[in-house]
Amino acid sequence: MRRRWMAALAVSLTGLLTLTACGSGESAGTGGGGTPDAKVEVFSWWTGPGEADGLKAMRAIFERENPGQQFVDAAVAGGSGDQARALLASKLNANQPPDTFQGHAGAELQGYIKAGKLESLNFLYDELKLKDVFPQQLIDQISVQGQIYSVPVNIHRSNVLWFNPSVLQEAGITSPPATIPAFIADLEKVKAAGKIPLSIGSQWTVVHLLESVLLGSLGTDAYNQLWSAQADWSGANVTKALTDFKTILSYAGTPVEDWQPAAKQVADGQAAFNIMGDWAYGYFHNPPDGGLGKVSKTDFDWAPAPGTDGTFMWLSDSFTLPKGAPNRDGAVAWLKVAAGKEGQDAFNPLKGSIPARKDADKSLYKDYLEWDLAQWASNKLAGSIQHGVVANDAWRAAINDAVGLFQQDSDVAKFQQSLADAAKNSGQ
Amino acid sequence: MTRVRRWLPGLLLVSPSIIAIAVFVYGMLGWNFKVALTDQHDEISAGSFVGLENFTGIWSEERWGLSVRHAIVFTVVFVAGALVLGWFLAFLMEKGIRGEGGFRAIYLFPMAVSFIATGVVWRWLLNSGTGERAVGLNGLFGYLGLDFLQWGWFRDQDWGMAAMALPAVWQMSGYVMALFLAGFRGVPEELRESARVDGCTEWQVYRHIVLPFLRPVTLAALIILGHISLKVFDLIVAVSGKQIITDVPAIFMWTAVFDSHDPAKGATIAAYIVLSVCVFVVPYLIWNARRGDRT
Repeated sequence: MRRRWMAALAVSLTGLLTLTACGSGESAGTGGGGTPDAKVEVFSWWTGPGEADGLKAMRAIFERENPGQQFVDAAVAGGSGDQARALLASKLNANQPPDTFQGHAGAELQGYIKAGKLESLNFLYDELKLKDVFPQQLIDQISVQGQIYSVPVNIHRSNVLWFNPSVLQEAGITSPPATIPAFIADLEKVKAAGKIPLSIGSQWTVVHLLESVLLGSLGTDAYNQLWSAQADWSGANVTKALTDFKTILSYAGTPVEDWQPAAKQVADGQAAFNIMGDWAYGYFHNPPDGGLGKVSKTDFDWAPAPGTDGTFMWLSDSFTLPKGAPNRDGAVAWLKVAAGKEGQDAFNPLKGSIPARKDADKSLYKDYLEWDLAQWASNKLAGSIQHGVVANDAWRAAINDAVGLFQQDSDVAKFQQSLADAAKNSGQ
Repeated sequence: MTRVRRWLPGLLLVSPSIIAIAVFVYGMLGWNFKVALTDQHDEISAGSFVGLENFTGIWSEERWGLSVRHAIVFTVVFVAGALVLGWFLAFLMEKGIRGEGGFRAIYLFPMAVSFIATGVVWRWLLNSGTGERAVGLNGLFGYLGLDFLQWGWFRDQDWGMAAMALPAVWQMSGYVMALFLAGFRGVPEELRESARVDGCTEWQVYRHIVLPFLRPVTLAALIILGHISLKVFDLIVAVSGKQIITDVPAIFMWTAVFDSHDPAKGATIAAYIVLSVCVFVVPYLIWNARRGDRT
């Protein structure tokens, strides 16, 4: 009995200590302003290496420029933000929004916009003249009926073909394939050489592959049209693209758990090709444990996904202004940092992405990012499916289901029909 | 007054939990069924009553048929596997081997692990790579020269869910063993003795004396395993995430609510999960109530 009391005492003491620890941490953060500080709750899923550092760098700028505001980091851990978004949805439904939250720019925010949860940011775009510094196509693709609801902080590229130069050499391939037919021919060569032609991970990585194949097979204009009012998912060109997808998928290795093991197969020389977003660069390049510590251009190399040279399939993390934000002024101040040149140039080199702004300091971006920045400045733009740019959540979930079922039965006609149904039922 | 004094303190003592259960279990269940009967297919609209439309409509979705099939395969393999293995372990222990306590603890330990942790380990054990890329169980087969046994495990299109049931069997069979062991110990030694005196072989003793005694335990184990199995979510999320290849109703419900933003569909699936668990639990409750009347 006595031991149980001791245990209870110990537990409650520990609880008290952590509470006081949190308390003192917060008061230390306020600095000596003297006046009571306003808190800005910034909700994100940036907790991993690189991205958390980037957030910290932006926070430092924010706190320097806004001495009266206190930054509260409300980051929720978990990969591509699944958990964070589930929590966010319940907060917004309960009308208890954070002051600002992270979301993929584009159609992913549509549910919130339709529900009237977000404030239009056109006033901020006008005040900061952001329409002059972001590419016009980007502005077009994130506008909903002339209103813009988020500030893009960074840009990632989705359509990147990663490959292992020595595996390609062994298979007798001299340069990375530029078109879909050339890609299929190369996959066949690698297969003959006894390596995995194309590595894939879990289901979402196959959707990721699909978006690059659709773009490469249809071409940029036809691809972009799929997400407009004049979309025709039943057309012969879509059938052709999906047949290409089926052929390419037939060369894929056994699916591995996620994108990292799939990328690792390329880095380790087991597989020749992998199509993945440019976050793979950090994984290839960074020293262990965060990455594989491989040498760029020697151990691994990259090219635009086949048939997509000249088009940048983008996705972007952005920040929003929820209606009823408890501290609207603080949120707007944060958005100004997130939209600014200094904020973006502090965040992006650490995160391994490029700024959405055209006037970035080019000297900060090396190797892959240097190439990426040049492509961003010159390419046409197309939006990613899997990463929330062109299709709203319901549509994206339906496409994911269709791809999962297609992986089982490889029935192109049925696949196309379910994609057409998904487009019709999306309510977008 | 004295009668009140007899029941009032007891009622006061249990009323917090009665109220909490009424609100958070039955209230929420009722709310869920109410949403399932509407056409609230996004988070904004109010939704109007559509009767059983969602309940019938979902059967035309290919993914639903697949997830139900997966749940059935998983349930059959998991329940049968855990019962047989648990029974067998208890049967071995029943003979009173040396160090029984140690064995019992070892077999029970997996129960202390959460399905998430089990899933993370078994994701590696059930890795689908074969040949040079084999790790986990496939790697073990390769090392032993049993390469022909290597297969895709949970990535196998037809029997993947049977492989998915292995971690669950591993985790729960110790618990079933404990149940059965108690059942075995509940058989009076005099009964066995008298059967032996009457000329029964050891096998016949088990067949006619011990097994009938185990019937209630088997039923209890069946119900416990069955309802765990039909609701399975965490294990599958930890092993394979949200993929069609290992889809079950609980995963479908999660994507319907949080990815497709379709509350009515999610509520419909949740209702089906509750109903399927009822199929297991309600007969047990009736049976239990009858038995209670008799004693």
